[in-house]
Amino acid sequence: MSVRVVGPLEERLRANRDAGRKLLVPYVTAGLDEGWLDIVRAVAAAGADAVEIGIPFSDPVMDGPVIQEASVRALARGTTPASVLAELARADVEVPLAVMTYVNLFAHAGYHRMAQSLAAAGVSGAILPDLPIDEAAEWMSEAEAAGVDAVQLVAPTTPEGRLLRICEASHGFVYAVGLLGVTGERADVANSALVIARRCRSVTETPVLVGVGVTTPKQAVTISEESDGVVVGSALIRRLLNGEGPEGAGAFIGSLREALDDRWPGTQE
Amino acid sequence: MTAATSMMGEPNEAGRFGEFGGRYVPESLVPACLELERAFHEAWDDPLFRSELNELLHSYAGRPTPVTECRQLSSELGIRLMLKREDLAHTGSHKINNVLGQALLAKRMGKHRFIAETGAGQHGVASATAAALLGLECVVYMGEVDVKRQALNVFRMQLLGATVIPVTSGARTLKDAINDALRDWVASVESTYYCIGSVVGPHPYPFMVRQFQRVVGEEAREQCRVILNGEDPDLVVACVGGGSNAAGTFAGFADTKARLVGVEPEGGAANGHGVAGIVHGMRSNFLQDESGQIEEATSISAGLDYPGVGPEHAYLAAIGRATYESVSDAEVLDAFQRLARTEGILPALEPAHALAWIIRATEEGKIAQGERILMTLSGRGDKDVAEIMELLS
Repeated sequence: MSVRVVGPLEERLRANRDAGRKLLVPYVTAGLDEGWLDIVRAVAAAGADAVEIGIPFSDPVMDGPVIQEASVRALARGTTPASVLAELARADVEVPLAVMTYVNLFAHAGYHRMAQSLAAAGVSGAILPDLPIDEAAEWMSEAEAAGVDAVQLVAPTTPEGRLLRICEASHGFVYAVGLLGVTGERADVANSALVIARRCRSVTETPVLVGVGVTTPKQAVTISEESDGVVVGSALIRRLLNGEGPEGAGAFIGSLREALDDRWPGTQE
Repeated sequence: MTAATSMMGEPNEAGRFGEFGGRYVPESLVPACLELERAFHEAWDDPLFRSELNELLHSYAGRPTPVTECRQLSSELGIRLMLKREDLAHTGSHKINNVLGQALLAKRMGKHRFIAETGAGQHGVASATAAALLGLECVVYMGEVDVKRQALNVFRMQLLGATVIPVTSGARTLKDAINDALRDWVASVESTYYCIGSVVGPHPYPFMVRQFQRVVGEEAREQCRVILNGEDPDLVVACVGGGSNAAGTFAGFADTKARLVGVEPEGGAANGHGVAGIVHGMRSNFLQDESGQIEEATSISAGLDYPGVGPEHAYLAAIGRATYESVSDAEVLDAFQRLARTEGILPALEPAHALAWIIRATEEGKIAQGERILMTLSGRGDKDVAEIMELLS
């Protein structure tokens, strides 16, 4: 393998992880309402280690009803990839930002142009759940050239050899999908979340975050016993769809932060 | 088995026809697509599987379907028009060919839950039929808009024991039904077989569905040779939504000299007006806005209301082996009535698109006098009669 270039997203996540802290990455749908950047700032201030910025897409096949609804709302407000990146460029958020969206928006713009635009907007990572590793070579090389970490996903169905290949190729972090299913809140932690985290961590030094289904502070702690942390999407977006706003978002993410820091004390900066 | 055509052969190892196709699915589904690819190849190469399928196509679905020469319409238009009568297959359309193949494959793979998406309801009805026949549990996703305009087909599926789930996301038509079927499959992949109804989706679906449909083209080629004293038609025409009946038809003629024409609806002409993109697991042509959001197709026929097209059609267009034309809803309605009155056949609105283009192209001189044309009549029009009554009143 060539010398692995670690981008600012992975650099920050590794540093925080290596300081004994569990990683917390909330997901916010860009353009959800006029003040969506205030939500991003609020969750950053509440202890997020990075923030995922969802660029809404017309056909989000990995997303359940909550994020679908957020996407529909954002699209109805006229949100586009260009408008999101223009707003992010002026956002001045303390923590690294990674966009999460679907590959067609990148393919449509062209991988080279999109990678450059992300970097110019200060985005340091990108997650494309419908671009599996077999199809990702061109995007990954453009992303790396632009200094954007191309995050890869593993799933409970990923066989061993393939899992190793994905973990080696993933930059920023390894996104471990915790269960078979689309994004959404779940009452319990799936055993598959613990298994997939364990499998990934046994083969990579790259931070391993579990996403899909992470709903409560208690669940975040349970999962982080095996992972380097969690991604939280639908549980936050549901609160936003209910009108809770930046304060509610900050309070919820703060409660997750507190639960993780209580369980792993001495991790305060 | 008839000789493989060199033109419409296998996609490459990555499941691509030229630059189109591929396998752009969430990681959870990649192993399932690989498993399906292996299982399909094994089954397709297994004489026992093929004879079981052929037996069902013959004794259950009623194959071979005939080719009918349209004497009166041909004489009016100054051409020689032959129809491949998929409307006479069991369940009333070509969809049964693919579904019987995939249902047998699902059983062979030990998957007992069989899910499908449907637009007009033809693929849903065919899926429910095959599931009933082979003892599979069937769930059909159907856009809420289509549930309303194809209420009889919904009831048909329910009579056949299927569960129909109305899809309320997006435009509530075929594209959104595929999204929800994919979401179901992401969650249920270990126990569930996803039966895609057209030559769309991740590899191996576009290839596999075309192989299950190539019986249409292979039969038609032989039947045309009998009618035309050993010669092939000059022109082969089929309607294109995702493009399964066209792909099956073209597969039988791709290595002849026949001109191949696919006919899309004006409001859903992915090959005509779309650009390359990646959606529903495939790189192909899609109707998109300037940012790459997928646009909604609009057409008189629910079965063609799809903003994309199968990747092999995008490829055939790119290399010029097939051309793709589009027709308006009004032309389709005219063609529907004309076939009814001249030949005593009520076509489904989907193949009425193919006929509409033939009529226009003949008038415009794009089809020469005396040309011999094979058109696939992919389904019967009974399902559309109520809608047409409303449109004509």
